[in-house]
Amino acid sequence: MAASATVSAPRAPEGRTFFTRLRAGEETAYLFCLLTACSILLVTAYLIFQLWIQSSVARRQFGLGFLWTTIWDPNLGHFGALPFIYGTLVTSLLALIIAAPLGLGAAIYLSEMAPPKWSNVFTFLIELLAAVPSVIYGLLAIFTLVPLVRSVIGPALEHTFGFLPLFKGPIYGVGVLTAGMILAIMTFPYIISISRESLMSVPREQREAALALGATKWEATWDAVVPFARLGILGSIFLSLARALGETMAVTMVIGNDPKIRASLLAPGYTIASVIANEFTEATEDIHLASLVLLGLVLFLITIILNAGARLLILATTKAGMKK
Amino acid sequence: MKNLVIAVGAALTLSAGVLQASDLNAAGATFPAPIYQKWFQDYKARNSSVQINYQSIGSGGGIRQLTAGTVDFGASDAPMSDDQMSKITRFKVLHFPTVLGAVVPAYNISGVSQDLKFSGETLAGIFMGTITKWNDGRIAKDNPGVKLPASDITVIHRSDGSGTTFVFTDYLSKVSPEWKSKLGANTAVNWPVGLGGKGNEGVSGLVKQTPNSIGYVELVYAAQNNMAFGAVKNAAGVYVKASTAGVTAAAAGAARTMPADFRVSIVDAPGKGAYPISSFTWLLIPTHFDDASKRDDVKNFLKWMLADGQKNVEALHYAPLPKQVVAKEMSQINLIR
Repeated sequence: MAASATVSAPRAPEGRTFFTRLRAGEETAYLFCLLTACSILLVTAYLIFQLWIQSSVARRQFGLGFLWTTIWDPNLGHFGALPFIYGTLVTSLLALIIAAPLGLGAAIYLSEMAPPKWSNVFTFLIELLAAVPSVIYGLLAIFTLVPLVRSVIGPALEHTFGFLPLFKGPIYGVGVLTAGMILAIMTFPYIISISRESLMSVPREQREAALALGATKWEATWDAVVPFARLGILGSIFLSLARALGETMAVTMVIGNDPKIRASLLAPGYTIASVIANEFTEATEDIHLASLVLLGLVLFLITIILNAGARLLILATTKAGMKK
Repeated sequence: MKNLVIAVGAALTLSAGVLQASDLNAAGATFPAPIYQKWFQDYKARNSSVQINYQSIGSGGGIRQLTAGTVDFGASDAPMSDDQMSKITRFKVLHFPTVLGAVVPAYNISGVSQDLKFSGETLAGIFMGTITKWNDGRIAKDNPGVKLPASDITVIHRSDGSGTTFVFTDYLSKVSPEWKSKLGANTAVNWPVGLGGKGNEGVSGLVKQTPNSIGYVELVYAAQNNMAFGAVKNAAGVYVKASTAGVTAAAAGAARTMPADFRVSIVDAPGKGAYPISSFTWLLIPTHFDDASKRDDVKNFLKWMLADGQKNVEALHYAPLPKQVVAKEMSQINLIR
């Protein structure tokens, strides 16, 4: 018995060296995946490093005051980021205010109410929309959205809400509102697509339990399913925010590119990504170039801060949900 | 197997050798890119060994790449400043004017079909925001007999840094002391009023769409797209509508007082037929090439460009160089060693 046991004993695992495991593919896969993961870290670190180095001239000259200076005069060498920060934040928030409710509504319809066939067709179309290059959206905006804002939406808003400074002043068609609207159209597919996925992955018991307690279909959806999927929904909204912050081409085409802070949403504005795209190729002075790079760094920081804020918000809502 | 390796190796060295001997790399201004591409193609057709690659990345990019030594020569819509020249220590940079361009005021005013006329001060007033209505007395003075509407002027300018903006603001600085002190001339300035459009197409698109607007675009672009544009008053007091002939006349008018290094602005040039918002565009050629064959290729290309090359520029709506300038440039070629 003892003899046969020794014979049939499997090879001891410690007998497999690193190299035999390497040959077996196990360690190779581990190393490869580790390297790919590290490359992300490296790229991010290198990006920050480059932005930091290349912007040194501007950082030394303007310091932190760069953040709240409102003049951008390449010719006299005065550079300030505030109008661009303002434009970037306002257009992105506007985009979210428009796109989030629309996207969530559409996602609820597609996952909870639509017949599966319809839902599949819609989902395919939405994913198609998400893949359209932004310059195409820019063209759409120039040819349809701009005239629409100039002749219909702008006058209507001014007529109804003209007492607010938000909707005062001349209506050019191009401006902050139009930029926000095209960003909403561009980010909308992301919100629907991801929110729908997370609504679909809510366990069926969640719905059934609510219905069993006497909830109507809508009550079950709104009170039991949507809260369950809120992480995914919030995630989709923050992903769209990130896309809106960095969007360049479509915004440049319709925002009017004027670095001034105005209360009116109908007035032209400017965003960080747009000014970099616009002025980088012809910036010949070192200080101009460095200021553009510094703007890039500022955009990077805004993205980081907003993302961190989003994480905290998600964390807070999750905890609150658990207490319930 | 061994033979194969040798054959592949030989082929690689051979092709590398061919590439090295003949490829010239240049980068810079986008405005003259169409004519440069055509020239480099035509020149290759005549001298199949000379391949010149041109990247139209913008004047600023061209100057930066030349400074960094990543291209053999550069191209720019604005001459290099002394400061920029002093950063290159390996060689001096020669400016070779290649063709001329012009900037025209394009507008869209409801109910006005005639060509409008603008004096320099009026244009400066409009783009500075001191003239805000189309029926302003200063515009009416330039356009007797034209009934202009009492509507607000929407100013459209370039949002991207551009040689076009440089030429236009250079002109406005020349004719308006107020413009010069407040805004100055550059590829991008701190526009006090108006909307920004990206590229010539962005500006013309906004002008077409926005009632009662005015913008500025390159003559080449306006001509190719049949846009309406106004005449501008020149230094001799004549209103001239831009044409390639008027632009060449401006360069001829400025030729007498031109500095030897060609770093000169020809806006508001003397001469009755001269169109005032005109400009050279330049190739930036090093005085010294390490590679003798590259040097000879560049010199031969420049000679061809100044002679045969000038013949076909008008087909692309660029203005050719006047004779006086060509003669001066021919002698500058000898400075390349």
